[in-house]
Amino acid sequence: MPLDNVVFWVFAPVSVGSAIAMLFQRNAVHAALFLIVNFFTISVFYLVLGASFLFAVQIIVYAGAIMVLFLFVIMLLGVDREETLVERLKGHRVLAITLGAGVALELFFAIRAGVGFATKAPPSFDEAVNSGGNVVALSRVLFRDYFFPFEVTSVLLIVAAVAVMVLASRPRRVFTRAGSETTSEDTTSEETT
Amino acid sequence: MRTPISYFLIVSAMLFAIGTVGVLVRKNALIIFMSVELQLNAVNLALVSFSRMHGNLNGQVLAFLSMVVAAAEVVVGLAIIVNVYRRLHSANVDDASLLRW
Repeated sequence: MPLDNVVFWVFAPVSVGSAIAMLFQRNAVHAALFLIVNFFTISVFYLVLGASFLFAVQIIVYAGAIMVLFLFVIMLLGVDREETLVERLKGHRVLAITLGAGVALELFFAIRAGVGFATKAPPSFDEAVNSGGNVVALSRVLFRDYFFPFEVTSVLLIVAAVAVMVLASRPRRVFTRAGSETTSEDTTSEETT
Repeated sequence: MRTPISYFLIVSAMLFAIGTVGVLVRKNALIIFMSVELQLNAVNLALVSFSRMHGNLNGQVLAFLSMVVAAAEVVVGLAIIVNVYRRLHSANVDDASLLRW
C-alpha cells in the first residue's frame, strides 16, 4: 500500500469526524478546538497533494491566526452561555439536515460526472510542476501570471484592517471642525439643537 | 501518488455539506461563522486537488488568494459579531430580529 494512500485513509476519517463533532458541540470553545483539528488534517492533505507552501500557510494563517482570533472573541463574549434548542421555525432542523444531505449527494454526482472516481493524478507532479520546490514554483506563477490579483489582495487587507479599527472602536470619537474632540452622543445632541 | 484524486474531492464535498448543515442548524453566530470557515476550507481543498489533477499551479494560487480573502473576511465578521453582541447582549442569531417581518 503506497504511503499517500495510508496517509489519506488515516486522516480522512479524522477530518470528517472532527467536522461532525464540531457540529454537535454545545460549547463554542470545544467547537473551535475541533475546527483546529480539522484544519490540521486539511493541511496534511495539502502536503500529500504536493502543496507544501499551502501546508505551511494553512497552519500559520488558519490554525494559528484565525482560530486564535475566534477563541479570543469567544472568550470576550463569554463561554458559559448555553445555546437554546428552541426552534423558531417549525421543522427547521430536519429541513436543514435534508438540505445538507442533498448538497452532499449533488456534489457526489457532480464529482462522478466531472472527474470520475478512478482518475489518478499525473505521477510526475514534483518533477514537472514543482521543479525547484513548491515555494519557488508557486512564486513563479504568483508573481508572473497573478501579480495584479496578488497586489489587489494587499489593498483588501489594508481596507479590512481599517474597517475593523472603525468597527471595533468603542466610544466613537468625532472630530468637529473646531478641532475639539467629543463623543458621538454629544455631537448628536448638538446637531439636534 | 496512487490515491485517486476523486477521494480528496469527496472529502471536500462532505466537509462542504457538513458546513452547510452547520450554517443552517446552529444558532450561535460564532459557530455559524466557524461553519462558513469550514466550507471555505473544503473549497480550498478541492482547488488544490484540481491543481494536482491538471498538473499546474493555478489552483494553488487561487487557494492562496482565497485564504487571504478568508482572513480579511473573518476579521471583519468577528468585529460585526462583537458589535451585535454589544447592542443585544447575545450572540444568538434569533435575537437579532429587528428587521424581521
